[in-house]
Amino acid sequence: MADVKKIATRDSFGNVLVELGNEREDFVVLDADLAAATKTGTFKKAFPERHYDCGIAEQNMVSIAAGIAATGKRVVCSSFAMFAAGRAFEQVRNSIGYPHLNVIIGATHAGISVGEDGATHQCCEDLALMRTIPGMTVINPADDTEAKAAVRAAFEHDGPVYIRFGRLAVPVLFDEDYKFVIGKGIELKDGTDVTIIATGLMVGEALDAYEMLKAEGISARIVNMPTIKPIDRDIIVKAANETGAIVTAEEHNIIGALGSAVAEVVTEECPVPVVRVGVNDVFGCSGPATALLEEFSLKAKDIVAAAKKAISKK
Amino acid sequence: MKKEELKELQRIATKIRMGIIEGVYNAKSGHPGGSLSAADIMAYLYFKKMNVNPENPKDEARDRFVLSKGHAAPVLYSTLANRGFFDVELLKTLRKVGSILQGHPDMKKIPGVDMSSGSLGQGISAATGMALSAKHFGNDFKVYALLGDGEIQEGQVWEAAMFAAHKKLNNLTVIVDNNNLQIDGTVAEVNSPYPIVEKFEAFGFETVEIDGNDFEQIEEAFSKVGTFDKPYAIIAKTVKGKGVSFMENQVGWHGSAPNEEQYTQAMAELADTLAGLN
Repeated sequence: MADVKKIATRDSFGNVLVELGNEREDFVVLDADLAAATKTGTFKKAFPERHYDCGIAEQNMVSIAAGIAATGKRVVCSSFAMFAAGRAFEQVRNSIGYPHLNVIIGATHAGISVGEDGATHQCCEDLALMRTIPGMTVINPADDTEAKAAVRAAFEHDGPVYIRFGRLAVPVLFDEDYKFVIGKGIELKDGTDVTIIATGLMVGEALDAYEMLKAEGISARIVNMPTIKPIDRDIIVKAANETGAIVTAEEHNIIGALGSAVAEVVTEECPVPVVRVGVNDVFGCSGPATALLEEFSLKAKDIVAAAKKAISKK
Repeated sequence: MKKEELKELQRIATKIRMGIIEGVYNAKSGHPGGSLSAADIMAYLYFKKMNVNPENPKDEARDRFVLSKGHAAPVLYSTLANRGFFDVELLKTLRKVGSILQGHPDMKKIPGVDMSSGSLGQGISAATGMALSAKHFGNDFKVYALLGDGEIQEGQVWEAAMFAAHKKLNNLTVIVDNNNLQIDGTVAEVNSPYPIVEKFEAFGFETVEIDGNDFEQIEEAFSKVGTFDKPYAIIAKTVKGKGVSFMENQVGWHGSAPNEEQYTQAMAELADTLAGLN
């Protein structure tokens, strides 16, 4: 996919907010001194009077968002995943999650593909944290199309939504006909030997892995899983039944997010081997994003190796 | 304030205090001390000051109240019940399985509760969000947040204060229930928040310090709401456990329930107070 168009999903986030700003008046956007990086700055430029910068105070921002939502208005708040989900976890849990308020948390700079800033800013725990909050919807879009569709879906959803965006430009995988539904996975390629369930920027890697496996005579099913919670149980059970082995791929700690969610469903419904590809319970480090994805074994070749391992366990 | 009106407010506050004791006694747990200290402020807010309608608790034009010191839920519940948001008898179900009256306020379950709260420091931010929403979307309602004096040790309180002043949210009124006690001792001993008035002033608030158990002073302070071009902080000096002799100024009554004998004595004292006001 060398000549494929690439866009960072944080840009998609900023762009779709502008589109929505043109379509509806009933929301405001909050940021915590990172508007230029999270790309809510794009919205701020278009609608300066509808964007509120809370300064470097994420906990306050999250509870302010809750207060706005409690008055019946829509609100988007944004920071890096580390601070939105990490630093302000308890505010998300108690101010937003417990009262089940309509707040959209747009968390950017997730995963190790943050790059040079290093471990303190590379949040590989956010999906796990958010997934444990009752009633929280957790979405991890794979590309520009899906990211924009996810934000639109969140605006129509009743309840809090956490959406994770990346800093690194990633291939645009889906065209305008793509339909995103919260809680639904999508089969991108059919296969019979193993199913690769991927989320976020790992979906592109999974599609590359599909071709590499095909060249070796292995038939892999590829499932894109944008919604981490509620997880699409049906598509997982179907994959387990029909292919007998599963690989999960995510730019997140292998503990607590997609891999765990899939393993939970598989062990409960249809036990088959599950091999998880992800950040292997270690902190990140500085370096160019693309080099880090190699360093932390988050490439198509790593998915291929995991697929063979899963098949060997059948 | 006219004498009859003062007496009526005092009667209401006494009934609110009886509801607090009733609830905490039946629950065999809860926070009577910081509930009793705030009863007069709550009586004034819900019976004199705020635009609320028990017949339509979700009225969009209503004033909002956030109990940032959420552990004082008994005073909020008793106030709402006495104001007609739900049956006073329900106070006896406080903290019981299946009751709407959760240990800390739950906006999803309880008519009249505008924000769920309980984790300290978050309520003032939520109230700030409500005030910001009112300004942004052109609504006239006022927002009130009641904080504990121990609660203001939370850093988030000052994040909210900084933002509220920066945005000149003059529709926001913060009340600090300065009863001087927190779980581990006096606030001055544990981690002194003093001087409180000067801190809010430095953050850009209009401030006043009053006796928060004195309706004349409460009325004077609340008469100024909305008249400034900045948010307003009322530092209310109160007595923790106010109205029940053996609970007054006793740190032990922060979070423990009276036994049957103590319950009987507390209710008898409050009944005497009520009788004296007739």
